[in-house]
Amino acid sequence: MHSTSQDKTRWNALSAPLVRTSLWLFGIALICVWLADLQIRSVSPWAELIRLGHGLIQPDFATFDTAIVALLRTVSFAFTGVGAAAVLGMGLAFIFHYRIVQAVCAFIRAIHELFWALIFLQFFGLHPITGVLAIALPYAAIFARVFSEILEEGDQRAVKALPAGSGVISTFWYARVPDVWAHLISYISYRFECGMRSSAVLGFVGMPTLGFYLESAYGEGQYGEVGMLLVIFLVTIASLRFWVRPKLVILYLLAAPFFLGTGLPIVWGNATRFITEDIIPVPLRNGEGIAGLGPWLSDLLWYQALPGIGTTIVLTQIALVGTGIIALLSFPLISRQFVSRSGQLAGHSLLVIGRSVPEYLLAYILLQLWGPSMLPAVVALAIHNGTIIGHLIGRQSSELKLRPDAVGGFNRYIYEVVPRLYRSFLAFLLYRWEIIMRETAILGILGITTLGFYVDSAIQELRFDRAMILILITALLNIAVDSLARAIRRQLQLRTTPTTQTPLQP
Amino acid sequence: MSALILDQAYANFGGTTVLGPIDLIIKPGEHVALVGRSGAGKSTLLSLLLDRRRRDMALIPQNLGLVDTLSVFHNVYMGQLPMHSGAYNLINLIRPFRRQILAVTAVLEQLDMLPTLWTRAGELSGGQRQRVAVARSLFQGGDVLLADEPVSALDGPRSEAVMQALTTQYTTTIIAMHDLDLARRYASRLIGIQNGTIALDLPSHSVSSHDLDALY
Repeated sequence: MHSTSQDKTRWNALSAPLVRTSLWLFGIALICVWLADLQIRSVSPWAELIRLGHGLIQPDFATFDTAIVALLRTVSFAFTGVGAAAVLGMGLAFIFHYRIVQAVCAFIRAIHELFWALIFLQFFGLHPITGVLAIALPYAAIFARVFSEILEEGDQRAVKALPAGSGVISTFWYARVPDVWAHLISYISYRFECGMRSSAVLGFVGMPTLGFYLESAYGEGQYGEVGMLLVIFLVTIASLRFWVRPKLVILYLLAAPFFLGTGLPIVWGNATRFITEDIIPVPLRNGEGIAGLGPWLSDLLWYQALPGIGTTIVLTQIALVGTGIIALLSFPLISRQFVSRSGQLAGHSLLVIGRSVPEYLLAYILLQLWGPSMLPAVVALAIHNGTIIGHLIGRQSSELKLRPDAVGGFNRYIYEVVPRLYRSFLAFLLYRWEIIMRETAILGILGITTLGFYVDSAIQELRFDRAMILILITALLNIAVDSLARAIRRQLQLRTTPTTQTPLQP
Repeated sequence: MSALILDQAYANFGGTTVLGPIDLIIKPGEHVALVGRSGAGKSTLLSLLLDRRRRDMALIPQNLGLVDTLSVFHNVYMGQLPMHSGAYNLINLIRPFRRQILAVTAVLEQLDMLPTLWTRAGELSGGQRQRVAVARSLFQGGDVLLADEPVSALDGPRSEAVMQALTTQYTTTIIAMHDLDLARRYASRLIGIQNGTIALDLPSHSVSSHDLDALY
């Protein structure tokens, strides 16, 4: 960026833009740590942890039957939701060059799937459609953006060689899609893995998936059952590539909608009332007009939105740096440069566990262990996101070709490997920023006072008008962070879409 | 078809004029060979002609424009995309129609490419890829062919066969090529490009070796 002659005479690490950005992030996080409440509140946090550990080591398979049904539901919701999202997303990618489509998609994906679930719950109740839409809608918006980016990266030469008048649809499927097909498929399969996590977590708001049973088993202190549920979920995720085969996927997609369970019937009266009454701000509903709206809104902003935004940002910044630290510490575990083949295998299993456990679930568990503070949320977010990035850069580091006589151990880490990977590490981290913030907001449902806390309370009090405004604010905050992250990436000339370049593969 | 006409046409790249201004009329039935050193502007001239994009025009670009992940069959079939509906093309992408397989097979047979019908274009050798692009243009049909070095990676007999097939099927051809001997035999008119302008434009039988040497 700034390469002056001064740099050559006295090069200073602090003047390198990448380092400076990192230090800024680190410094902000330090201030946030000072502001944040990170205490452990429970009386005997470690005793609980040990009991949970026992449950994991000795899972209790007494309720295996119910768990298998829950697993089936989890997989079905994931397939139906992600499948529908992929189709919808492809359609949207087609028209993604329109600004309005981009804006709508940005807005839709800025709202976490659990918030969507909370909204659709008011609409459709505990009907399976609630869960399917909660996954399909935000995922479609994500697919739309990523698909269109992938298509743009594709080889355009074939398009030019087509005869005139080939038509948009034929051109799209013959000359544009085939070149990036493998890329699209690997991104969809990565998203499917995310869909499995989303689907499991939807259980926490009442869908018949694994989260539902996890929460109740945990509430009853049945750690053996908790262990069993976690084990079957992890095994399912880790074994995805063995049972999700191209030919079988079509079968799964066709079958999945029939295994969602029946849930409760939709009460259409509720749906109409939700739109026509519930979400209309109270002052308007009571006929106070625009004059009454002012105090109502300022009350909401001052006492709920602002504190919520504050906590969300504080927590996000700490979790972001925590994620970076975990990523940098964990990637050598799977890197050819540092550990043997068998060591890498062990490292892989560790990272798979780290990234497969949904952060919401992890935060829930840690919250039960350590009591209410920001600590469980920070640790959960850092572990989940850190192991994802660790996995990605770990794989990149294995591909590095070092000199045959390169140093080993810690020197290799700081001289040979990290400097080469730091750019893509930072790209991944900035890319995760918005994701971490979205998650942070949602963790409020567990009782941490981020925006989700206020949304959840408003819904519990049946104040849907407030809930909608707060969700709107959450979405805008996410969009703001996303554009900030993009601006920084552009400034540092980092690639804009790291995950579409090297999608996760289990 | 009507004649192809360039009237004071020129091409810019990043502000500098690389070709033109050029006046050129190519009448129906002419077989034109574009010759000249690499970088002289042959490809640019072709793309100027292509800008008059017409339904009856087929193109073999220098980079061939193949979709590497699709089979040879599909790449050849792509020549006829405009002749079918989007739905038909989609089905044919997933499960090729028998009719189309037979039609494509017939073209590939001509070029000795039959064994590779279901091979992905990305797995082929340079010469084979070139013949797939040729097959696509033959399959496409039409009156005018614009081709940029369509035989550069083929050996003697094969390039003869390709040139024969192209000039027989298309009534009008404009082909950029390096092989002067081939150009003289299959073209009726030779256009030599030098430094972005037309330096030579003669019927091929009256071009002397001396004229050509001046170009290179």
